[in-house]
Amino acid sequence: MTAEVLEGALEQVESHLHPEGSFDVDAHAVPTGREEIWRFTPLKRLRDIHANAPLAGTSFEASFDAPDNVRADRHEDDSLKGVSGLVPWDRISARALAEATSSLAVTIPAEAVLERPVFVTIKGTGTDEATAAHLVIRAEKFSKATVVLRFEGSMTLADNVEIVVEDGAQLAVVSIDDWADDAVHVGHRHIRVGRDAQFKHVDITFGGDVVRHDTTADYSGPGGAVEMLGLYFADAGQHIEHRLFVDHTAPKTKSHVVYKGALQGEKAHTVWIGNVLIRKVAEGIETYEENRNLVLTDGCQADSVPNLEIETGEIEGAGHASATARFDDEQLFYLRSRGISEKEAQRLVVHGFFNDLIRQVGVAELEESLAATVEAELAKNVLAGAL
Amino acid sequence: MSTLEIKNLQVSVDTEDGAKEILKGVTLTIKDGETHAIMGPNGSGKSTTAYSIAGHPKYQITGGEVLLDGENVLEMSVDERARAGLFLAMQYPVEVPGVSMSNFLRTAKTALDGEAPKLRTWVKDVNGALDRMKLDTAFSSRSVNEGFSGGEKKRAEIAQLDLLDPKFAILDEIDSGLDIDALKVVSDGINDYAAREGKGLLLITHYTRILRYVKPDVVHVFVDGRIAESGGPELADELEANGYEKYVGTQAAGV
Ligand SMILES: Nc1ncnc2c1ncn2[C@@H]1O[C@H](COP(=O)(O)OP(=O)(O)OP(=O)(O)O)[C@@H](O)[C@H]1O
Ligand SMILES: [Mg+2]
Repeated sequence: MTAEVLEGALEQVESHLHPEGSFDVDAHAVPTGREEIWRFTPLKRLRDIHANAPLAGTSFEASFDAPDNVRADRHEDDSLKGVSGLVPWDRISARALAEATSSLAVTIPAEAVLERPVFVTIKGTGTDEATAAHLVIRAEKFSKATVVLRFEGSMTLADNVEIVVEDGAQLAVVSIDDWADDAVHVGHRHIRVGRDAQFKHVDITFGGDVVRHDTTADYSGPGGAVEMLGLYFADAGQHIEHRLFVDHTAPKTKSHVVYKGALQGEKAHTVWIGNVLIRKVAEGIETYEENRNLVLTDGCQADSVPNLEIETGEIEGAGHASATARFDDEQLFYLRSRGISEKEAQRLVVHGFFNDLIRQVGVAELEESLAATVEAELAKNVLAGAL
Repeated sequence: MSTLEIKNLQVSVDTEDGAKEILKGVTLTIKDGETHAIMGPNGSGKSTTAYSIAGHPKYQITGGEVLLDGENVLEMSVDERARAGLFLAMQYPVEVPGVSMSNFLRTAKTALDGEAPKLRTWVKDVNGALDRMKLDTAFSSRSVNEGFSGGEKKRAEIAQLDLLDPKFAILDEIDSGLDIDALKVVSDGINDYAAREGKGLLLITHYTRILRYVKPDVVHVFVDGRIAESGGPELADELEANGYEKYVGTQAAGV
């Protein structure tokens, strides 16, 4: 497996940000909830995918829609497992990789510039049997593409998505978890960013009972840039967790991470862990990470932990910010003083809070539908009853 | 005929050391067609008066009444007051990131009228209001007040006054931070509004400068949470010449 190539070139780091990974499921003990990486996750609600539940379920429909020059191949062997440098860092990821009976590989050919996005949709049809899935997205050299992953319906899903952005390629992956209320989705995404390549991840998590995304990125050459934009909305009882790790493994690389979330209702819980490691070799890099949470009602909890570890003195810029706030009374007062009802004013403020981020998505053909998705989510929730 | 009556209004704010009394009994009546000016030194309670009438949650009303056409305004929520016909142009308009001016204005107009404005004429109305305030129409797609200069914020407040067309408008230091050209533009906007049928205006200011362009019928001098003196426009001229010393001095002597 290819991960060793890069690892060998780098110094060993004794960073807790960088747990030893392993493809061997047995190397990952069944978590108890006390482990650092599991301490926020409600294991009881994971339907035992973190332990030994079978992952052979087929209760879903997958669909694929792409321009003709995009290749989609199913590999019925293990050849693609770990192709992005992913080495599972937790038991669910290891199990999902080991038990996936095939890998779906989506390849954007070298130098192709796609005129429309690639859509991969997973629509769950039942939660009883858990499913393992493995998806590989490869943007070959100098290609330019947008891939939209949509998750809908009811399902118990453990998946790994491996993304390889080859030298000079520009890839945007927009992922939308718009699950039914009873879905459980625990997934690991790993992105390997090539020399001067650009990768953008837009990660939208709305539905589901428990949704946890571990998203990790590293760089196989200098000059690569990663932008991660996240938007989540947790309502009563929902757990949404994002664990990010950007490993600056090459000089002159960039990362820009902004996640925004809103919470409402009893026991709505969100977790955002933003880890950035800047290795000794990674001179002249720039990194920024930010997480903002808007707490709309009592009884919600937003955990937010940014973490920046720097092993070189030669960096261009590094910063992080994290804030959790309630509604700004001044904003609500201003809007209401113009006749707008309290509910409607709240809806506007939340809309604005997210809209700020949607404006940064930069995928013109998607911005409108994203805004509409956000509107629909807002209408369904708090904001039910507004106007 | 409409009337805004403020009767013996007493207001305090919560501070770390308990409630602090700010307004100590303010009484004044504005009839439609009238323009009143409140003038007073920093910290005398001018903004407190404005915010209390509009219903800002920070201020506790400890006594007195505010009636709009006989209706008790103090029992209404903030947005009900606006729908009853009150408008407050704020000294420091608030930024609302991600909410476009056009979305905000349309939502407000819809709330005030109980129905959405006609799309075609509305866009024209918005552009016209911005244009009269010498604001580029691009402002309608910008977030509410976000990144506006101080003067642009004030002009945007008057554009809102124009579009939302309330019965009574309270303008809190609309003149501060305006250069002379902007002051004229804003004053024209205020005068256009005041000339409409059945409108009342309360103009709060620290300086007499704007009163050269917007002519008040009545001037109130505000000192230490009370109206110290009321008079005609000539009172403003006297303040221009002598400042607030006379009043502040009286107050100091009284302590
Ligand atoms: N939270 C607070 N704690 C203590 N004092 C307060 C608080 N809020 C307002 N005040 C005081 O209330 C008084 C009146 O304030 P207000 O803003 O109404 O004055 P103003 O007349 O509008 O002044 P300016 O000309 O500076 O705008 C001031 O002395 C102010 O410091
Ligand atoms: Mg003031």
